[in-house]
Amino acid sequence: MLVRNAGDKIGLKLLAGKAGIDKEMTGVYICDLLSWVMAHGSKGDVWITVQTHANIIAVATLLELSCIIVADGAEVEEDTLRKADEEGVALYQSTESAYEIAKKLYKMGIE
Amino acid sequence: MEISIIENTKADRLTICIEDNGKGMDKEFVEKVKDPFVTTRTSRRVGLGIPLMMAACRRCEGDLVIESEKNAGTRLTAEFKHSHIDRAPIGNMAETMISLILAGSEANRAVDFIYRHIIDERDLCLDTREIRTALGNDISLGEPEVLIWIKDYINEGLKNIRGGVKDENNSGIGRNQKENPGNNQCQKR
Repeated sequence: MLVRNAGDKIGLKLLAGKAGIDKEMTGVYICDLLSWVMAHGSKGDVWITVQTHANIIAVATLLELSCIIVADGAEVEEDTLRKADEEGVALYQSTESAYEIAKKLYKMGIE
Repeated sequence: MEISIIENTKADRLTICIEDNGKGMDKEFVEKVKDPFVTTRTSRRVGLGIPLMMAACRRCEGDLVIESEKNAGTRLTAEFKHSHIDRAPIGNMAETMISLILAGSEANRAVDFIYRHIIDERDLCLDTREIRTALGNDISLGEPEVLIWIKDYINEGLKNIRGGVKDENNSGIGRNQKENPGNNQCQKR
C-alpha cells in the first residue's frame, strides 16, 4: 500500500514531505528511542513515534522508512518540517495513540 | 584521547567530556556538525552521533558544546541533569573502554586513552600510556589478558567510587586514591 492511500484512509494529517507520499509501506515500527530505531527498524516501515526533533528525518532517510507518523498530537518543530520537505520524507500527525494508529494500519492490510 | 565522566550528585549534574589532540575542525564545520545531514562519511549522507547526543542532553536540561581548533584538537562537552527521568544510564564503561582501546591498539594507528571517572570526591583513572610503559614494547594493549585486566580494573574502580557512604568509617576523600596507585600520575596531567 502506498503512503498516500493509508494517510487518506485513516485520517492522518500530512504536515510536510509531500514528495514522499508515493512510497510503499511494507511494515510498521513503533519506538521513541532513535538509536533503537536505527538498530531495529527496516526499509519500508511506517515509523510511529512521539519524537519530533529533526533527527527523526535523518533516521527515516538512513533506513529508507516509508513515512513517519507522530502520535498523540505531539507538536512538531519547524526545523523538522523543513527537513522533511527537503528530504522528501512524508511526515504525518495523528491525535491518536501509537497503538490506535497501528491497529488501523493492520486492518488496512499492513501486517 | 581523554574521556572524563564527572558525576556531581550535589549539583545534580552529569558531565561527559571527550577531548582529543587530533586534526580539529574549522569554525564553519563545527557549526555544521550539529546538523544530522552533515557527515564526513562518504558511504552515506547521514551522521547522527552528535545530533543524537545533543538531543539527549537537551531533553535532560543540559546541552552539548563543541570547541575545536584546526590542527590542534577538539573538545566535546555534554551535560545532563543527573537525576533527570529521561537521562539514559551511563552503561557498561568497562566494555566501552576495552572496545576503544582495542580499536586504538593497532600499531599503524595507535591511539592512547585516558579515562577519568569522578563521582563527587572519588575518582578512577586509567591511562593507556602508563599501561604501555609497564608492558614494554613486546606486548600489545590488544592482548586478551591485558584487556581482561583493564576490564577488571575499571569494574573494580567503579565499584569503589560508587561505593557510597554505607560505612562511615570507610568513606571520605582520598580513600580510592590509595587503592588505585595509577591515580597520581593521571592527576598531574
